[in-house]
Amino acid sequence: MSKNVHEFTDKNFDTDVTKSDLPVLIDFWATWCGPCKAIAPVIEEIAGEYEGKVKVGKVDVDQNQNTAMKFGVRSIPTLLVIKDGEVVNQIVGAVPKTNITDILNQVI
Amino acid sequence: MKRKVIIIGSGPAGLTAAIYSARANLEPLVFEGSQPGGQLTITTDVENYPGFPDGIMGPDMMNEFRKQAQRFGAECVYKTVDSVDLSKHPYKVSVGNEEYSAEAIIISTGASARLLGLESEKELMGYGVSACATCDGFFFKEKKVLVVGGGDSAMEEATFLTKFASEVVLVHRREDFRASKIMVERALANPKISVEYNSSVEEIFGKQPDGVTGVRLKDTKTGDVRMMDCDGIFMAIGHVPNTKLFNGDLNLDSAGYIITKADSSHTNLEGIFACGDVQDTVYRQAVTAAGSGCMAAIDAERWLEK
Repeated sequence: MSKNVHEFTDKNFDTDVTKSDLPVLIDFWATWCGPCKAIAPVIEEIAGEYEGKVKVGKVDVDQNQNTAMKFGVRSIPTLLVIKDGEVVNQIVGAVPKTNITDILNQVI
Repeated sequence: MKRKVIIIGSGPAGLTAAIYSARANLEPLVFEGSQPGGQLTITTDVENYPGFPDGIMGPDMMNEFRKQAQRFGAECVYKTVDSVDLSKHPYKVSVGNEEYSAEAIIISTGASARLLGLESEKELMGYGVSACATCDGFFFKEKKVLVVGGGDSAMEEATFLTKFASEVVLVHRREDFRASKIMVERALANPKISVEYNSSVEEIFGKQPDGVTGVRLKDTKTGDVRMMDCDGIFMAIGHVPNTKLFNGDLNLDSAGYIITKADSSHTNLEGIFACGDVQDTVYRQAVTAAGSGCMAAIDAERWLEK
């Protein structure tokens, strides 16, 4: 994982995401999820391109079931965009990069 | 941007076409689409692909295919083609705001899970409605789920889901399963699995983001309707070919599959070739898809030499 992609967990979620000053893009994933592997490089690219504008991170649903449950995640990959602690957008399934950046451009 | 060969799709057919056309110095460009690696990336073990005596995970196998294509110079990009213009040669392929021209196109867009076609199904996709048990089963620990269908994939998904769910109900329109005997026996022997025969799903209840709460089932013989509570519903009712891009340009059969000329990958248009599940109404196996991808690359190479 590149240095721009954070690792969010049940433990650090509140401080790193809910209280973040920047909008946050979260990628819910798991090691056994094929489509998650497909989207991973796109998330890394976005993390680089939006450095300083959007905080980007991943939640491993195997290790952090509380966070996955809290947001009602029932399919992965699921992407959440959170601003000021509130979910402003949710994308289910692997989508092209522009679908994600269009949403991010609206919140920065 | 000009290319000799553009390949649309990245399952076993597309990537095999990429290996062969790269080795023929055609410098293929592969648009991987929204599901790089294709349908095998949402399966678990592939046990019937020759050369892997111990089986191999679907996503891992497709990574190997891609690496092999890239080794010979194929360019694979994770982008989805928005439209094609096949009205004149060289053909045009549009991806976002980029436009490419191709002397030959190999179509390997495959097939996607068939859905029931309900509004509520669309609304709740990813919120309890799923077409991929291996992707989403994890989220239904100790829950009750339905699997709709009666073929091998329905049996496989139902059996797989018992690893997580407390109860799995197979919902099937008919009295008999189409699935192979061994798969049916395996499923029915599982104490967590029950069957609703002669039943179809008429409506799915629930809302975002809370999820699915239940369904309305209709008895296909008597027409009676009944409600059933559940937390998730998995579709396993077959596949539809991904040919929307080519509607109107290419000859399709009544089910939407691309029609290829006998014993070849040629379509009705010169320089357009089709391989894999998008044109296969019979076999639909990884190994037959790979074989037809090889045919498409050889057909394209010979056509370009002319």
